[in-house]
Amino acid sequence: MFDAYAVNTLAYEADLCNGCAMCVAVCPHAVFEMNGRKALLTRPLACMECGACQLNCVTGAIKVESGVGCANAMIRAALLGKPEAECSCG
Amino acid sequence: MINLGTITTQPKISLTTSQLSRANCWDHILARLGYRRSEHRVEPGLYAIGKPTSDSQVFVTANYSLSFDALRSNLEGKDGYILVLDTQGVNVWCAAGKKTFGTEEVVLRVIGTQLKKIVNHRVLILPQLGAPGVAYQEVKKRTGFKVEFGPVRAADLPEYLKTHQATPDMRRVKFTVRDRLALIPVDLFRLLLPGLLVALVVYFLLGGLIPALSVLAALFSAGILFPLLLPWLPTHNFSTKGYFLGFLTALPFALSVFSRHPDRSWYHQGALGVGFLLAMPAVIAYITLNFTGSSTFTSKTGVRREMFAYLPFMAWTFAVGTILLVTSVFIH
Repeated sequence: MFDAYAVNTLAYEADLCNGCAMCVAVCPHAVFEMNGRKALLTRPLACMECGACQLNCVTGAIKVESGVGCANAMIRAALLGKPEAECSCG
Repeated sequence: MINLGTITTQPKISLTTSQLSRANCWDHILARLGYRRSEHRVEPGLYAIGKPTSDSQVFVTANYSLSFDALRSNLEGKDGYILVLDTQGVNVWCAAGKKTFGTEEVVLRVIGTQLKKIVNHRVLILPQLGAPGVAYQEVKKRTGFKVEFGPVRAADLPEYLKTHQATPDMRRVKFTVRDRLALIPVDLFRLLLPGLLVALVVYFLLGGLIPALSVLAALFSAGILFPLLLPWLPTHNFSTKGYFLGFLTALPFALSVFSRHPDRSWYHQGALGVGFLLAMPAVIAYITLNFTGSSTFTSKTGVRREMFAYLPFMAWTFAVGTILLVTSVFIH
């Protein structure tokens, strides 16, 4: 009840990993770590769904529903009847 | 979109330095205050810093003046090129989320500035936070340039450039007290005018200084105390953190009822007190829930779950609290 962030949409299929380590390089919250030739999903709940890893994973091993974690944008989208929230600060 | 008129046989390179002028600093202050937020722009295109040669490195950034200035001020004593993308005056991370700091824009800028004629190597150094918008394999395929994601913060560039290896610390986004302090003016200035208006209306409608002060206290708590105390407020959700802080803020106002109106009946005093305890935390929690977008770690899934869990509760407690406060003024 007090932790809405205990789930997210990040999914990782280790079998597809080619060990390029791009996910480790682009993740701002150290969600992945390299273990030899494979990436390990070590901190899944730290994921903020920015989508950087998925976009830079050439083998498609990482899937995440990316978007902005901004209540303001989502409330505005809901009020304007838009399907997708888009940030509109500055 | 790229302006085709700029593609001439002679590549256009503007000049810049690592020095920040007084005008730059003034621009930063205005940007931090939220004044004309989308107008702090740099002309997109290619810039030379120092005395670059065809072997010099190329750094990519957004055309938000704070982003551009953070980059160039950390390239002191270095010779290189800065490729400024057109992100419509939005910083790197937010623009990457919108894909304006994106694969397409990188590709078009590289081609449009004829970068291949200017440098011999084929490497672009991008800020790590550009990665949500830029697919490195796509840029490589379409331009021949290899994308190298540098550190999150431009301040780490001098260290990074020694080895071109980012330490785990350079790769992490933080949200330090300094970072949070810097965000306070923007939100506060945005809330100040509506807040003062509401305080005025409350002052005349509820006829009291204390209710009017409660509006300003709510603004102060949500706008200043919350960002400062964020890591230490209990629970993970921004709404419940806000409720916790809101309850503490409302408590003195609720208790003041008994000393201010000793003549009134206990249920009248109780209604007023409960009114403050319901309405104030709801407002504060609503504002703090909106702070999720300013933070550096909330996910879309989590924020949506928070909204579904707490927005109805906020609406109800605010409505009931306000009704209690208003009716107790008119019913004696």
